[in-house]
Formats: sequence, C-alpha cells, structure tokens
Amino acid sequence: MMASDVPALRRIGGRKARWAILTASFLALVPLQYGIDVELRAHSKLEELLYVPSGKILRRLSLGHAGLLADIYWTRAVQYFGRKKLDRARRFDLLGPLLQITTDLDPQLVVAYRFGAIFLAEKPPGGAGQPEAALQLLRRGIVANPNYWRLWQDLGFIYYWDLKDYASAARVFHAGSERPGAQVWMKVLAASVAAEGGEIQASRLLWSEIYRQTENDQIRRSALDHLQALRAQEDLEHLNRLLWQFRQKAGHAASSLQDVVAAGFLPSIPRDPSGEPYKVAPDGRAGLSPHSQIDLRLLQ
Amino acid sequence: MLAVETHDLTKDYPVGFFRKRSKRALDGLSLRVEPGEVFGLLGPNGAGKSTTLKILLRLVFPTSGTAQILGRELHDVSMHARLGYLPENPYFYDHLSAGEFLNYAGELFGLEAAVRKQRVERLLERLGLAASRDVPLRKFSKGMVQRVGIAQALINEPELIFLDEPMSGLDPLGRREVRDLILELKAQGKTVFFSTHILTDAEMLCDRVAILNGGRLQGCGDLREILRLGVAATEVVLDNPSPAILKELSPFARSVVWTGELARLEIPEEPDVARALNVALRLGAKIVSLNPVKMSLEDYFLARIEDAPGTASPDDLAAVGRERRGAR
Amino acid sequence: MSRVASVALHTFKESVRERVLYNLIAFALLLIGAAILFGSISVGVEEIILINLGLSSISVFGLLMAIFIGIGLVSKEIERRTIYSILSKPVYRAEFIIGKYLGLLLTLAINTAIMTAGFYVALFYQKRSLSLDDLVVLEAVYFILLQLALVVGLALLFSCISTPILSAVFTFCLYIIGNLLNDIRWFGQETGSALVEKGTAVLYYLLPNFSNFNASAQVAHGESIPPYLLLANSLYALLYVGILLSASILIFEEREFR
Repeated sequence: MMASDVPALRRIGGRKARWAILTASFLALVPLQYGIDVELRAHSKLEELLYVPSGKILRRLSLGHAGLLADIYWTRAVQYFGRKKLDRARRFDLLGPLLQITTDLDPQLVVAYRFGAIFLAEKPPGGAGQPEAALQLLRRGIVANPNYWRLWQDLGFIYYWDLKDYASAARVFHAGSERPGAQVWMKVLAASVAAEGGEIQASRLLWSEIYRQTENDQIRRSALDHLQALRAQEDLEHLNRLLWQFRQKAGHAASSLQDVVAAGFLPSIPRDPSGEPYKVAPDGRAGLSPHSQIDLRLLQ
Repeated sequence: MLAVETHDLTKDYPVGFFRKRSKRALDGLSLRVEPGEVFGLLGPNGAGKSTTLKILLRLVFPTSGTAQILGRELHDVSMHARLGYLPENPYFYDHLSAGEFLNYAGELFGLEAAVRKQRVERLLERLGLAASRDVPLRKFSKGMVQRVGIAQALINEPELIFLDEPMSGLDPLGRREVRDLILELKAQGKTVFFSTHILTDAEMLCDRVAILNGGRLQGCGDLREILRLGVAATEVVLDNPSPAILKELSPFARSVVWTGELARLEIPEEPDVARALNVALRLGAKIVSLNPVKMSLEDYFLARIEDAPGTASPDDLAAVGRERRGAR
Repeated sequence: MSRVASVALHTFKESVRERVLYNLIAFALLLIGAAILFGSISVGVEEIILINLGLSSISVFGLLMAIFIGIGLVSKEIERRTIYSILSKPVYRAEFIIGKYLGLLLTLAINTAIMTAGFYVALFYQKRSLSLDDLVVLEAVYFILLQLALVVGLALLFSCISTPILSAVFTFCLYIIGNLLNDIRWFGQETGSALVEKGTAVLYYLLPNFSNFNASAQVAHGESIPPYLLLANSLYALLYVGILLSASILIFEEREFR
C-alpha cells in the first residue's frame, strides 16, 4: 500500500480511498455550478450582448477567416431567432445587429440577406415585425451582389406583402426582372402588381414561387399556408357572390350552404384546401369550418 | 605536404553580459602534423583542444592566424570530403537507426548508393554494430554511439581523421578497441589527429604529441624522444624488508614506496643497482622483482604544465631532461 | 542525390516522425467531418460552412505545424549538437539551410494535401456528387500553401537567431501583424502625422503581407481567383521567401558552434 508522505493524509487511508475522495470532489462541483447558473440567469441581460458590436472591426480581426466567422454569426442569428420564436417573444432586438455583423463579415452570404429579411419582416410572434430593417438589409445585399436577382424578388415581396406598398413593389419587381438570369415571371409579377386588383394573383404567384424554390421547411410550410389561405379567400369570395345571388333569387339569406346546393348554384358543398367544408357564418357570409386548418389571418 | 599546419592560431570568445570582455581560448597555436602519423593533442580540460579541432573543421572561426589542412585553406569546404571527424561526446539523430544514419552521412559525402551500402555494411561489421543496424540510435549505449561516431568518420575513407576525445566514456574493452582501430588506420597510411586527456592512451598510440594548457602550446615533439629524456631508473621490489635493510639501501634509492607489505625502491643510477642488490642479498632481503622505469608521459606532461608558459621546442626538452636528472 | 536534396529528405523524414503532426491532422480531419453537422444547424449554408471550416482548419493547423516544427529546424540541431557531424562534412552552410527549408515545406505540402483530400471526401458526403466547379477550392488551398511557405521562412530565420520559444512568439506575432498590415497603414494615414504615416507605409512594404492570400470567402461562394492575382501572389511569396532564406544563410554562415 502506497502511503503518503504527509502524516495527516496517511490517516485517510490507501490509494483507493484518496482517489475516491478526489472523484467525489468533482461531484461537489455540480450543485455549485447549478447555483451559479441560477444566479446568472437572474441577470440574463448578459445574453443580449453581442460581444463585438461591429462587423467591420471583427472582419479586420478575423485574419482571413471572415467567411467562417460570418457562418458562425449566421448560425447565431438563426438560433437566436428560433429561440425567440419558441419563447413567443415580441421583441427580437438582437436579430438586426446579428444580421448586420454577418453580412459585414461576408457580404456575399446571400442566404443571410434572404432568410434574414424574412425573419425580420414577419409580424411577431412569427418574426421581428421590422419590415423597414428588412428592406435595409436587402438593399445592402443588392449593393454587394447586384446581379443576384432573387434579392430583388425578396425586396419586392416585402413591399408587397408587409408594407402593402404596391407601387414600390412593382418598381422593384421590374428592376429585378432586368437582372441577368431573372425568371420571366418577375415581369409578369411586376405587371400584375401594377395593375389594379391584381393582388390575389400576384400573391399566389409569389407564394408558389417561394414554395418551389426554398429548401427550408419552415418557410415552405409558411408558403403552403399562405397559398391555402389565398385559395380559401378566393373560394370565400366566390361563395359570398353565390350567397348574394341566392338571396336575390330566394328573397332571404341562406341558412347553410346546403340551401345553395339545393337551389342549384353549387353541385355539392365545397371543401377548403385543408379538406373541411365551408359553412355559412351567423352573419350570413361564407366562412370556414371551425375544424379548418386554414388561417385567414395570414392574409392581413 | 603537411597533413595539418597552423600558424599563430588564436581564438577569443566574447564573455560577459554585454559581451565586452573576451576570453582567450587559444593563443598563438602553431603546430605541424606530418602525413601518415598519429598525432596526439594533449591537455587538461579546458585547455583548448576541442577549440582547436573545431577551428580546423570550420565549426568555429579563428580570431587571427591561419591554418591549412592537406594543403588547402580552411574555407575550402570541398576539402572536407577527404576528412573524417568524430566530435566530443557525440550525439546523433535519435530517430534514425545506425544504418540509416550512416547512409545519410554517406549521402552527404556524395557517395553512390551501391558504394554507400557496401561501406555501411563493412563499417558496421568492423565496429561490431552489425546486429544493431536497424535499431534506432536512441536505444544505443554510450559505447555504441561512440562506435557509430567512428563509423560516420570513416565512411568516406578519409586521408585524415580527427577524433575529439575518442575514448571518453568507454569501458576498458571499448578503449582497447578504439586503440586497435587507430593503429589499424595508421597501418593503412592514414593520418590520425586526436585529442585526449588520458596520457596512457597517447603514450601507446602517438608518434608525436603536443601539449596544450590555457590555450597555449606548452610542448610539442616526437613521443619517443620525450620518453627517452626521462630519468631512467630501476625499480626493486622487496617483500617486507626490515628497517635495518632499508637503512642500508637508502643511499642508493631515490624513493621508497610501500604497497601493503611490499616496498618499492627506485634506484636512479645504473651502477647503484648492482650494489643495492648485493647489499640486499647479503642482508637476506626477499627480492620480489626488478624492473626498469622510464619517465612517463605524465611526468613530462606535468612538468610542462608547471613550467612558465612559452612555446616549447625540441631543444627545451633536452633542458628539461637535464633539470630533472639534476634534481634527483 | 544532391546534398540539398539529402538534407531536405532527412528533414522530411524527421518531421514525419513527430507525433504531434498526426494529432493535428487527425483533429483537422475530425473538424472537417464535423462541419457536415454544423451545416445542418444553420439554414441554407451547408456547403458554405463546410468550405469555410475546411479551409480555416487547413490554414490554422498548417500554421501550427509550420511554426511548431519550423522553430526547431536549426536551433534543435545546434542544441542537440547533431550539427557537428553535418557541417564537418563537405556541406555548405547554405545547402544546409535550403535543405532544411525544403524538407519542412514538403512535409507541409503533403499534410495539406491529406487534409484537402479529407475535405473533398466530406464535400462528397454532403453533396452526394462532385463537379469540376468544386476544384476552385484548390485555389484557396494553394494560397494557404504560399502563406505556409512564408511562415516556414520566418520560423527558420528566427530559428537561426534565438531559442525555440522566442522564435514561436516572433513568428506568430509577425503572422498576425502581417494579416493586419492594411489596417496599420490605414491607421497611419488617419493619424495625420507625416512621420507615423511614412513609418507605417514602410512597415507595410517591409513586413510580409499575409492578407494578400486570403481567398477563402471568395472561393466558398464558387468564385475563381483571377489569374493575375495567382501569378502576382506566387511571385511575391517566391521573392519574400528568397529574401528570408538569404538572410538565414547570411546569419548561419557567421554562426559558431562551441
């Protein structure tokens, strides 16, 4: 048995005992660390720090690894966004700065402009609700990548959808359609948006394009939801016209769609894109079934 | 053409924190080495032996003075192709095996692959390292490293071989092997220049020696000449002689040294030997042995070290010899 | 075989036996493999992250290897006294220096090649196919090699002058400064002092400009490097390395070994 030099330690016992005590000491760290975590969380302002606020300074310090740093900051931005969304936060204060740093580090990281703009523009809790910031981001992206026509597409989309500024949207779509490689539908979109009442078609064209292009499941889901909502909206408008026609003919409002079918205006009760049948709401207008998956609020 | 020639070779090393002062490691060394001889550079530690060798091999640059090796100036690097060098306390590449290292040495000499292979095998064989050809050098004992060192000094079949303390750290068997090797090299007509502080080795091997102390040459000359200068004496060994016997013999003896029960008497004068023997036999002393004693190199060495500094010449040696004879 | 080639090959074999080398390569390959995972955390950047991380790993680990082995190139031989048995042979001191340099450069080139191969394996695993366009990454790798050539030259120079630790510090500092030269010069211009401005301009041209060789971000987006830049950087590296080696040789030729 190996005894220690130190008389006090000799009383503790042999090697096994001493190593056991050493291992146990590690366990003592656990509650201590836990206590520290609790304390730090209470002062959780710390998590809102960016560490280095300026992307340009960071770029200088990166010693040639700016691209990698940009990827890291992009990852941080995505995680920040995801976490805030999960917490159903109303404020996404760091999102803009994180995206700024990311794009300062790598102005060619197109993905940061594109998805960043979407994250910024969507109203909370789906996004930061900062369409102006999204516009700014996309404009910087266009300056750095003038021939990447999809940035124009995204810019136009924000004018169209989030700011309802159709004139600007049409202008942007048109400018984008002039870029090399731009797809033909950009021109069509520009034209449709410019024309009065072209909203639903333009919207549908846009969301279909996004649904087709994107590899991101989150955004794909959103596009599908929007498309279905648009479809439903169209259906409801059509149904409302039919209900009005019925009222003209029958002299009273229909109590349910069955009446409309019976009157021969419809072959059967139509279903919405999520498979639920449409209903007549108490106010006499067409509406969705309570079981429907469609969310018409998306269209606001 | 001389094998080695130095003229007033001087080396100063800057010392001190600001390197302002200087220490003179070698002071005006002039010596000559004849081709085909074994030349010993002797001296106590720190005398400047290693410095001399390093200057000759261009590892250190002289402060002043010149030297020629095989008739060429020191800066002629290509001349190194005809030289072999064993450094003091050698250290070679740990990660290489003996064979790999010798092969590398051969490459640096520009030897062809086939020639290298042959010579490496032969040298390993000759130096008793054949079994360790593929063993990494880090596993070698000191004696084995020394032998590898000798091998790499011989791989190019040099005309002139420099050995710095070749016996250092070797056991008696190893030293004997190195001695035999040096004699073998001499028999092949090569010149061997080696430094040592072990005088008995030099005594056995050298044709000529030079004695260095404090960076200065204290003595230089043919070994046989030096030894002949010694005070010849005869040593008579008696077994436990009585005080009476010793008293009778003391006029003849220069010194009496006891080793256990044996008394060794040194009798300097030739005629006294016979007289002493008669006295001893008459008094019934037990005579164990009778041997001639020559001046050893050590005596010469110590004498030169103790003398006032100055460059020695063969005439000086005669003077020293006379002195010592007179002192007895 | 020429003496330079002998020394170079010997240095190469010695470097290859450094165990630290394998640890570094393994770690780099691990990192590259992990990059595939990192990509899936983020959105839309899988390939970009792999390229950026791959190139950064190759660059950083190459740098570590270059410094770690480079600082001992000459000082180790002197300290261990193996230099005696080399310079006592018909080897010019210049041959020794050049051989040492080329040997380490060869080691780094091969290690970089291994890491690059690992990178392409990871890329193939991620994309399920490789195309000729992916070869553009090799341009950035070439630039990394040029950087490493400069770093080895620096390490070798310091190895002739001072101890390994100081050599490492100096080389590393010069690498960092060399990356920030543009900013230093800009800073000099901003201060308004003519003296500082001239001073920083001198430094700008004197010190090795490593930021010339930063092409990773570009290449990650599939952009090729213009041929003029490829040529100019190659010449710059060649010239600067030549200067470093000449300085090393000059210093080493004066060196004594006690």
